[in-house]
Amino acid sequence: MAKVVVITSGKGGVGKTTSTAALGAALAQLGQHVVVIDFDVGLRNLDLVMGAERRVVFDFINVTQGVAKLSQALIRDKRLDKLALLPASQTRDKDALTEEGVLNVITALRKMFDWIICDSPAGIERGATLAMRFADEAIIVTNPEVSSVRDSDRIIGILDAKMMRAERGERVKKHLLLTRFDQARAARGEMLNVDDVLEILSTSLLGIVPESEEVLRASNLGSPVTFNNPDSGPARAYFDAARRLMGEDIEMTIPTDKQSLLGKLFGRRAA
Amino acid sequence: MTSPAQPEQPARFFCRSYMAVVLMPEPPIVEWVAGIEQKLKGAGRFLVGAPVVLDLSSVKLSPSAIGHLVAELDHRGIRVMGLENTDPKAISGGLPPLVRPSKGVSVDLAAPKAPVPEPNRKPAALLLDEPVRSGQSVFFPDGDVTVLGSVGSGAEVVAGGSIHVYGTLRGRAMAGSSGNTQARIFCNRIEAELLAIDGYYLTAESMHAGLRDRPVQAWLEGNELKISALR
Repeated sequence: MAKVVVITSGKGGVGKTTSTAALGAALAQLGQHVVVIDFDVGLRNLDLVMGAERRVVFDFINVTQGVAKLSQALIRDKRLDKLALLPASQTRDKDALTEEGVLNVITALRKMFDWIICDSPAGIERGATLAMRFADEAIIVTNPEVSSVRDSDRIIGILDAKMMRAERGERVKKHLLLTRFDQARAARGEMLNVDDVLEILSTSLLGIVPESEEVLRASNLGSPVTFNNPDSGPARAYFDAARRLMGEDIEMTIPTDKQSLLGKLFGRRAA
Repeated sequence: MTSPAQPEQPARFFCRSYMAVVLMPEPPIVEWVAGIEQKLKGAGRFLVGAPVVLDLSSVKLSPSAIGHLVAELDHRGIRVMGLENTDPKAISGGLPPLVRPSKGVSVDLAAPKAPVPEPNRKPAALLLDEPVRSGQSVFFPDGDVTVLGSVGSGAEVVAGGSIHVYGTLRGRAMAGSSGNTQARIFCNRIEAELLAIDGYYLTAESMHAGLRDRPVQAWLEGNELKISALR
């Protein structure tokens, strides 16, 4: 039975697209059939992070409007054959998406994949509410920082109001993914710590992704971090999160980048 | 002969409750408006954009004076959506509608009075076992509201009776909203933006800093909102 998961946050720039790519790739690397959908019509990014920007011919809007077939718009990943991307349109705006069109596409994708991961645009408007509308589960991406946490609180309230499942009175699983976490800074009180965030949001934790230059490096290479450097701290965090999403019980840790002694010394000196 | 059955086209309507702020102008009006202006510079900013009703029971104004007052408030960002306690004849075109006429003015109702139905016994308390999230608004004019979780920053709870929050109160709590001066606010941890009982309010800046993050209660003593730690 396919699962539709929305990755959302309210606030922009917290790591929704990066997390969509990394979790999608991690699930595919674990043997699942995965499609990631870019709901950010007009400001598409997921194709870049996935390294497929030159392969976009037809997009999500074309499919909802019947201009192209789903099979024409889906881009199979060249590195991971179980991973596919449905890109957003760059030339249209969010009003081009209709609820009916989205439902039709998701219904068709449910028959083809195990996981349908929807990368929500920032904000709480149409694009974001359509991305969450037909989801079974939601992942709320949060940074350990007050404005991000408050926006996440707001988006959780909106999930409870706008998700079809919630409207039918069914339980909606909500997971918190804490990204860009820096344990040293949290310990110094420069960032919220994990307990603060959990206390405010009272939502179960899916994973803690450490702040790492590996994430930006992977994005710029157009390769999800779990594929680009599977041993890095963020990649291991995303693998753990993907396993938890699949129902495995994994102890919560904050994986860090492995550093050589020399690297540590240099790191100290630079800081 | 019956007309062919028409597919029924039901008109959709929705019920929404809005918490309106009631302003009661007092003579002299010029000074009262100046007072409002002063408030707007401080914590009264929440009046801007909020639905506002003008209670004109303390003043006697001509239609043009009412129009002038509404325009003055509008100029300051306060949108008057209705008037109350004034003579219906004083309301001319262009003014906000009369929400409630002044007491003593008989309103001629064409329809005969319907028999008063037995008052429904509504539950006098509302229990919420989920947190109230940022941006959500809970409005329960009939009695107490109990929140088992937290009230998020930017969320608000409005109750006719008391408000009990077993988590952290970060947003706004307005108790005794329908004129209950005995209502209280309790919370397990206070980081509130605003507390109000029967219209008397305290903002975050005016709360004693030593009470932050502690379990507290708030109550009304005369015209003053008091807060103290619970333990």
